[in-house]
Amino acid sequence: MTTDTMIMEVKDFSFTYAGASSPSLKKINLPIEKNKITALIGPSGCGKSTLLRSMNRIHDLYPGNHYEGEIRLYDGDGKGGNILEIKKENDFIKLRQDVGMIFQKPTPFPMSIYDNVAYGLKLAGIKDKSEIQGRVEKALQDAAIWGETKDRLKESAMGLSGGQQQRLCIARAVALKPDVLLFDEPTSALDPISTGAIEELIAELKKDVSIVIVTHNMQQASRLSNYTAFMYLGDLIEYGKTDKIFLNPSVKLTEDYITGRFG
Amino acid sequence: MGGTLFKNFSFFSATLSFFILVGIFAVLFNYAQEALQEFGINFLYGETWEVDEEDEGGIFGGWIPIVGTLLSTLIAMVIAIPLAMGIAIFLTEIAHEKLVKPVSIAIELLAAIPSIIYGMWGLFYFAPIVQSTVGGDGVGLLTAGIVLAIMIIPFMAAITRDAMNTVPPVLKESAYAMGATTFEVVKDVVMPYAKGGIIGSIILALGRALGETMAVAFLIGSVMSIPSRITDPTTSIPVLLANNFAEAQDLEISAMYYLALILFVVSFALISLAKFYFFRKTV
Amino acid sequence: MNRLFLNKAILMLSTLSAVIGLGFLLWILITLSYKGIMSLHWSTFTNDLVEGGIRNLLVGQFTMALMASAIAVPIGMLAGIYLREYSNNGKLAAVMRNLSDVMMSAPSIVIGVFVFALLVDPFGGYNGWAGIVALAIMMIPIIISTTDNMLSLVPQELREAGMALGGSKHKIILQIVVKAAKVGITTGVLLSFARIIGETAPLLFTSANNQFFTMDLTEQFPSLTVSIYNLATYPDEASRELAWAASFVLTMVVLLINLVGRFITRSKK
Repeated sequence: MTTDTMIMEVKDFSFTYAGASSPSLKKINLPIEKNKITALIGPSGCGKSTLLRSMNRIHDLYPGNHYEGEIRLYDGDGKGGNILEIKKENDFIKLRQDVGMIFQKPTPFPMSIYDNVAYGLKLAGIKDKSEIQGRVEKALQDAAIWGETKDRLKESAMGLSGGQQQRLCIARAVALKPDVLLFDEPTSALDPISTGAIEELIAELKKDVSIVIVTHNMQQASRLSNYTAFMYLGDLIEYGKTDKIFLNPSVKLTEDYITGRFG
Repeated sequence: MGGTLFKNFSFFSATLSFFILVGIFAVLFNYAQEALQEFGINFLYGETWEVDEEDEGGIFGGWIPIVGTLLSTLIAMVIAIPLAMGIAIFLTEIAHEKLVKPVSIAIELLAAIPSIIYGMWGLFYFAPIVQSTVGGDGVGLLTAGIVLAIMIIPFMAAITRDAMNTVPPVLKESAYAMGATTFEVVKDVVMPYAKGGIIGSIILALGRALGETMAVAFLIGSVMSIPSRITDPTTSIPVLLANNFAEAQDLEISAMYYLALILFVVSFALISLAKFYFFRKTV
Repeated sequence: MNRLFLNKAILMLSTLSAVIGLGFLLWILITLSYKGIMSLHWSTFTNDLVEGGIRNLLVGQFTMALMASAIAVPIGMLAGIYLREYSNNGKLAAVMRNLSDVMMSAPSIVIGVFVFALLVDPFGGYNGWAGIVALAIMMIPIIISTTDNMLSLVPQELREAGMALGGSKHKIILQIVVKAAKVGITTGVLLSFARIIGETAPLLFTSANNQFFTMDLTEQFPSLTVSIYNLATYPDEASRELAWAASFVLTMVVLLINLVGRFITRSKK
C-alpha cells in the first residue's frame, strides 16, 4: 500500500463529540484506496458513521466537536492536504464538492427532479445552461435512473419512490464529479429490490470514484466491497481485503461479529 | 353509565366552538340588519359617518376605518415579515446552541406582553421618536403600523421557527454536503420545505394585526378622516368599536355591528386560509 | 466569492433582526420598569381606583380571569379529550379542530361586541358576568388545543396497557392518560391564564370598569386593563403615573406566570 493507490488516509484520528468526556473514535488509522469500495462495519455505536461523517467534515454543522490527528485527501500527484485543518468556508465548500455523501434515508430537495441534480452544479458556479443540461443527463444515466425520469424531469422529486429517490440523490452527488463518495447505510430504509439496484449502481460507480460505505448488513459488505474495516467501541479492530476479513479474520472479535455471535 | 355521560359531555364541549362561531355570526348579522338594509354593500365605500340626532338615523359608511385597518396592517406586515424571517433563521440556523433557548424565551415573552402595554409604551416613547424623525403629530398610521409590527414580530417569528424546525436535519446536511452555504440551504431547502407553515404564520399574524385593538387605539389618532400622508392620523375598525361602540345608539350602533361583522368575516376567511395551507403542507 | 458574501450578509441581517427583537424587549421592559417603579407606592396596592390605587382593579381583574378559567378549563379539557380520545381522528374531528383554531384567532374586540349583544344589552347594563364570559370565550380554544396536543404526546401503549388491565375507557382517560399529560396541560392553562388576564378589548363594553371595590358580578366590574386605557389618556400627571404603575404590575404578573409555566415543563423533563 502506497500513497499513490490511496485517495484518502486517516492517521491517528480521534474524535470527541461536543460535551462528551471521552472520545468516540480513538487513534484510527485507515487507508481509503482509489477506485475501490471500502466498507466500514461494526455494531451500533462502534463509531463507523462518526468516522464517515468526519471525512467530509459534516460534523462541523454542529459546534463544539473536537478532532485530533489527520485525514488526508490526496490529489492526482499523490499530494494530500489534511482536511481537519480546513477553516475557511470556501475550503469547506470545495471539500464537500470533492467528497460527496449519500445518507441513510433518501433526501430529495423540495424541487423538481432536474433541479435536484442541477442544484450542486449551480452551487459549484456552473452557469452554462447546456453544460448543466448535459451533466444532469449524464449523472442520471450514471445513476441508472435516466429511463424512469427522462419524461418527468420537471416534476417534484417527492413523487419518486424511495429507491428512485435514493438513486436521484446518488445522481445529484455524482453530477459534481467527486473523488470520493461516502455512503451512510444507503439501503437501510429500502426494500430488497431497490437495495439490489443501489448495490449494482455502487459497484458500477467505482470505475470513476472511490467509495466508502457504512453498513450494518454483513452480506452487503462482503458482496460489494474490496476492503473492509471492522470497528468496535471507537477502535479500528481489523482492516484488510474483504475476502480475508470475512474468510480468515486475524482477530477473534472480528470473527465473533462476522459469524453473528454479537451485534 | 358514567362512561357514556362523560363521553357525551366531552362531545358537547367539543361542539361548543362551532356554536359560538355560528352564534357570533348570527348575532352580529342580526344586530347589523338595520344598517345592512339602509346601506347595503355601499357601506363598504361610504366615506361619511354622521349621526342625525333628529330622526335617530344618520349616514354611515365604513370606508375610513376599513382603509385605516388595511393600511396600518400593511405597514405592519411590510416591517414584520423580513424581521420575523430573520429571527427565525437566526434561531434555527445561526445561533449557537446555548443562545437558542434564552433568545427563544425572550421572543416568546415579548409575544406574551399584553397589547395594551405596547400601546401605552408606543404612545409615550415611540410616537415622539416618529414625530421628531419623520414628522406629523406622532400618532398616526405610521406609528400604529410600526408598533403593530413590533407586536406581531415575536408571534410570527415563533411560528416560522417551529415550521423551519420541522425540516429534517439530514435534508439540510445533504445540502451542506453538496457545498451549499447556510443561506443557500435556507433559501433552497428550508424555505421550500417549510413553505406551508411559513405562509400560515404570516396569514395568522395578518389576522392578528387586522383585529388588534389596544396597541392601535393608543397610536392611530382615532380621527375619522382618510389619511393623505403616512404620518396622518386616521382610525381602524377595532379602534372605532373600542372608542365609540359604547355610546352609539340606533342606526349608528347597527353600523358598528356591521363593521364588527366585516372584521369577523375577514379574519374568519384569513384564518381558514392559513389552516388550509397548514393542513395541505404538513399532514 | 459572491456567494460567500451574500451568505455573510444574510446571516448578519438575520442576526441583526434577532438583536432588534431583543432590543425592543429590553427597551419596553426597561422603560416600563423605570416608569412603573417610580410611580409605585405602598398605597397603590391598598387604595382603590377612586383613591388613586389599584387594589380593586387587581382584585377585579383576577376575579374575572379566575372565574373565566373555572368555566373554560373544564369545557376546553373535555373538548380536547373528545378530539383526541373519542373522535377517532376522523373528518368531524378535523373540522372541530379547525373551528377551534379559528375561534382562537377571532378578534377580541368582536368577542366583546358579541357578548355585549348577548349579556349586556338585554340585561340593561355592563356586568362582571359578561366580562367573564368574554374572557372564557377567548380561553376555551386555547385550552382545547393544549389538551389535544398534550394528549397526543401520551404513548399509545399506556392506553393499551390500561385496556389490557380491563379498565373502562373513561377511567383510563381520566386516571392514566390525562395524568400522564398533567404537566403539559398545566403549563397550557397557566399560559392561557396569562394571556386573558392582560386582555382589554373584550372587557371594554362587557364588564367595563368600576372605581370602587366590588365583588358583585351583576354590577360594572373593576378592571386593571380598562383602567390603564382610561388613565393613560387623561391629561393629568397623577393618572398617567397610576397607569404606568398598573402597567408595570400587569406586565410583571403576566411574565411571571409565563416563566412559572415554562419552569414547570422544564423541571419535569
